[in-house]
Amino acid sequence: MTAVQDAPVPSRAMGLSTWLYRRPRARLAALLAAPVLWLALAYFGALFLLLMTSFYTVDDFTSLPVRAFSLDNYQTIFSNPAYVKVILRTVAIAASVTVVAALLGTPMAFFIAKVVPQRWRGLMVALVVTPLWASYLVKVYAWKTMLQPDTGVVAWLLNPFGLSGPGYGVVAVTITLTYLWLPFMILPVYAGLERLPDSMLDASADLGARTGRTLRSVVLPLVYPSIVAGSVFTFSLSLGDYITVQIVGSKTQMLGSVVYGSYTTDLPFAAAMATVPIVIMVVYLAIVRRTGALDSL
Amino acid sequence: MPEATQVSPTADPADAAVAVALRGLTKSFGDVVAVDGVDLDIYDGEFLTLLGPSGSGKTTVLRMIAGFELPSGGQIELSGRDVTKLAPFERDVNTVFQDYALFPHMSVLQNVEYGLRVKKVAKGERRQRALEALASVQLAGFEQRKPSQMSGGQRQRVALARALVNRPSVLLLDEPLGALDLKLREQMQVELKELQRQVGITFIFVTHDQEEALTMSDRIAVFNQGRIEQVGTPADVYERPTTSFVAGFVGTSNLLQGSAAEQVLGSPGIFSVRPEKIRIVDVQDQAEQGQHSVSGVVRDVVYVGAATRFVVDLDVGGYLVALQQNVQASSTDVMQMRGRDVRLVWSRDHEFRVADAT
Repeated sequence: MTAVQDAPVPSRAMGLSTWLYRRPRARLAALLAAPVLWLALAYFGALFLLLMTSFYTVDDFTSLPVRAFSLDNYQTIFSNPAYVKVILRTVAIAASVTVVAALLGTPMAFFIAKVVPQRWRGLMVALVVTPLWASYLVKVYAWKTMLQPDTGVVAWLLNPFGLSGPGYGVVAVTITLTYLWLPFMILPVYAGLERLPDSMLDASADLGARTGRTLRSVVLPLVYPSIVAGSVFTFSLSLGDYITVQIVGSKTQMLGSVVYGSYTTDLPFAAAMATVPIVIMVVYLAIVRRTGALDSL
Repeated sequence: MPEATQVSPTADPADAAVAVALRGLTKSFGDVVAVDGVDLDIYDGEFLTLLGPSGSGKTTVLRMIAGFELPSGGQIELSGRDVTKLAPFERDVNTVFQDYALFPHMSVLQNVEYGLRVKKVAKGERRQRALEALASVQLAGFEQRKPSQMSGGQRQRVALARALVNRPSVLLLDEPLGALDLKLREQMQVELKELQRQVGITFIFVTHDQEEALTMSDRIAVFNQGRIEQVGTPADVYERPTTSFVAGFVGTSNLLQGSAAEQVLGSPGIFSVRPEKIRIVDVQDQAEQGQHSVSGVVRDVVYVGAATRFVVDLDVGGYLVALQQNVQASSTDVMQMRGRDVRLVWSRDHEFRVADAT
């Protein structure tokens, strides 16, 4: 007979898991250390530097920033009608992209979530995501080829109807950006519709509502938060774009392309210009928040 | 059981009008035949239950009556009118869903008003009817709540009010009590039955719970593998099941068959006797006139509070379950029965022959 020896001895032979189990704070620290470090340094640090730089001025001879606080850059932007026009044009393009993406994306998401048999859904979602695997530049140049005036695919399709293609410009930019960001609209709306039980649609029809009424009174109000979530993506991605506009935009200028064109010669001005879309996004999110669309996300 | 649960048919089926007629109703999903030629007349003002295990086709039949599924074959008539191909919004029926399917973005009042608003009922009348419907399910004062702020039982009542406010000719209920806990379920069974008597609307109720079906229904249609095995009053279905499936599904399957049936009852076939009709006596005792008896060994004793279930292996082969009320016996008494030789005795009136359907 031997004495019972397997009573727990906390000080010795304690595994890491056990040690963590008894220390909730240490557990939390281990979980969050890396992301907090990243957020504080790389993310907020960079944003802070951007904001600081936007208040500096530039030395006209050396093109180097002068570290003295001034509102000159912002004054330049808002007193020059050309820059105000760029801001308004950029917001208009981003808004158009968002509206078109919502109009195209919502029915597609509905089709995948509610019409296609369950076993095909994974494949359909994969197909929606497929374009994201291809290089951004390749896709934009593909659209450049398709939108080629007179000889492009779009012109070739429209010519028999006596129409000409949009050519390069604001419309081409809107079309290309919509193509690029459409998956970012479809995916959240699909997820929202997936969460909507089929019985909700049955119940509406059961209570006498025809299809249009069900879409208006039940489906749209319930997927509205998802559409808003998608719009945050499509709107902000379009707002910041600077490559598409240079490739298919002809001489069109957007906020991004202005930043791109000025950061080597006047970094503080570029920083001020780059702050504009950030402020627009903050305002946009504030408006969205007020509608209550983010509460149920 | 409270008084209100006692079932008496509200109308004599023979002279009541047919509210819903199903004729050769069939539904297949790909290769799977979910409903296989169902014929059924459901009478005006009747509480009819579609009872069966999951996958037996009962819910599919309900969904076809509502119009959520198109039949693969056969016909559905509502009050004599063929509605087989009509959309749900063209049928005078309303449904209470298993998950209630309340609209989460609308208040309770808006949910209940939805059907009336769609049908463009004037605002004053709409409001009044909705408030009445909510009051009839004891939810007055909850009008402005959102469904998410209510308990399962309350949501169930909202779903009921939302359907009944439209005054449909037929109300369809798809396992509406399934998500509630036992106490609440028993209370709702009583209230539902009471409500059905008050409004006089035909209720078609789907459940897999045989006790629920027996408690609430005027008639029960027992489903198995897409077909109806038996239609009858709760007493018919429980005391005179026509197939071994019904005998087994409604109550405990207590079958005597083959040589055992021949030795005990003197004739071949499949016989059934309900557990509570069997008495356990000393193995030396003999059966009296008009009784049958069989000897065996108690294999298992299950104490269930008010009663005890004895599983008895018969000396002639097979086993029977006997249910005895614990009138005098304590749990220790009944536990000592395990392994004892006993004799089971029942009146011949309580045994019945069933068809070997499946």
